[in-house]
Amino acid sequence: MLSMKADVVVIGGGPAGLAAALSCHRYGIRDIIILERDSHLGGILQQCIHNGFGLHWFGEELTGPEYAQRFIDQVEKAQIPYLLDTMVVDIDEDKRVYAVNPKHGPIEIQARAVILAMGCRERTRGALMIPGGRPAGVYTAGMAQRLINIEGYMPGREVVILGSGDIGLIMARRLTWEGANVKMVCEIMPYSTGLIRNIRQCLEDYGIPIRFKHTVIKIHGRERLEGVTVAQVDDARRPIPGTEEYVPCDTLLLSVGLIPENELSQKANVQLDPVTGGPVVDEYRQTSVPGIFACGNVLHVHDLVDYVSEEAEIAGYGVWRYLNGLASQYGQHVDRRVKIETGYGVRYVVPQRILGEEDVELFFRSDNIYDDGVVELTDGQRLLASKKFLRIVPGQMERFKIKKQALSGIKPGGRLLIRWRNLA
Amino acid sequence: MELICILCPRGCRMNVEPGGDGQWEVKGNGCSRGKGYAVQEMTCPLRTLTTSVWVEGGTHRLVSAKTDRSIPRDKIMEALKQTKGLKVKAPVNIGDVLVENIAGTGANLVATRKVDKVVLA
Repeated sequence: MLSMKADVVVIGGGPAGLAAALSCHRYGIRDIIILERDSHLGGILQQCIHNGFGLHWFGEELTGPEYAQRFIDQVEKAQIPYLLDTMVVDIDEDKRVYAVNPKHGPIEIQARAVILAMGCRERTRGALMIPGGRPAGVYTAGMAQRLINIEGYMPGREVVILGSGDIGLIMARRLTWEGANVKMVCEIMPYSTGLIRNIRQCLEDYGIPIRFKHTVIKIHGRERLEGVTVAQVDDARRPIPGTEEYVPCDTLLLSVGLIPENELSQKANVQLDPVTGGPVVDEYRQTSVPGIFACGNVLHVHDLVDYVSEEAEIAGYGVWRYLNGLASQYGQHVDRRVKIETGYGVRYVVPQRILGEEDVELFFRSDNIYDDGVVELTDGQRLLASKKFLRIVPGQMERFKIKKQALSGIKPGGRLLIRWRNLA
Repeated sequence: MELICILCPRGCRMNVEPGGDGQWEVKGNGCSRGKGYAVQEMTCPLRTLTTSVWVEGGTHRLVSAKTDRSIPRDKIMEALKQTKGLKVKAPVNIGDVLVENIAGTGANLVATRKVDKVVLA
């Protein structure tokens, strides 16, 4: 078995892993290795051939592959080593990483710090439990995207899309451009979680209807999909009897959410947040296991890749602090970190723990649409910070900056609360 | 006609109606850029086309591509027709022109991904 040591092992060579490795490099860390299971760097960006990436990070509009290449070029220039076709199969709390690839066989790397950057995967039909047969023609939207854009196969001709997330919207346009007839997009919620830009340019441009409060309740067909039954749902998302409609189609795309991929994190006993599906981290993106960090969609699902790059930078800074003995040695003695709990209107917050030695930026999502109000951080008695919002929606991650002065009086190991308050 | 501005995350709900003398009356726009967008959408909406093109002898079967500037939305289908059956030879680099002056729009279709040539051992 190939045995080696590294200061930092980055698991995943997508946008999060590449930016995290580069961040470590900028802080002067040189002994880094990136492990990527695919045959190329860049991750899922390589199949996201549409544009709209990089407006925040680079100040220009790029396609997915172009955005990825900018980071790949920097990694090559910095001569950060990486292994492709390399699957990490295990990690432990002592930061031993076990991987395997066709060239070296089994590999063991003893790391001083590990960055988890494995990304996320799509929710599938199994998670929705739609009744019916098991015919061909039911795909996740990302799978269809890979088939068309990378492999060059057309998944079908008559299409229904379930879920109005951005990948579903982008695929509605892509399929239309390739000659398919996209009949409708069904969205179980009364609103879309996709960007307005995509509703406009992917659906409205081509007259594709979007049906809110509708879902697919049955899949028809034996060998190949023949049609789906769609129905309207009530406020509890239950199908309303009498609203069923049969829609003939040979293809059903599912764009029904993404799940952070944390099987490896769990092997290292990293504590997960049941709401985000990703690790519980502090403001340096350090998990509950000292020396193991996480960033990107493995931590929580982001709206824009630009925000992934930003988060990866923070993780790189965190690793630098840790390797230089600046991070507190929690886990071994007393955990000085303060827990942030979510109150009214807030579905989740990242980071979930803070030390508060420096200014902190909190990223949160709401649990519904709220207009005219403030998001507040309190310690139960005192209001520590607040920020006004005209509107918050579940589909958009919001930011909330906290000055370190506001956190000066907080009790080590204590609790804070983040919540929404309506002003109207 | 109601139109949601897509230029920034604020997403202003605008109303666009034809005024006199070929002018457009825009309401609800939070800034002047919004007005420009609304008028553009009513007269000649512009879009960037992104697609993929077959590659011969490359490490990947397809290379992703985009128009190097936005083109009239009405020209998208015509531009796509021009890419049908098109095959380019590896290697391809980001920015390589795959189709010049696509659909007569003045825009070029350029590669957005690097595809190396397969080297037979």
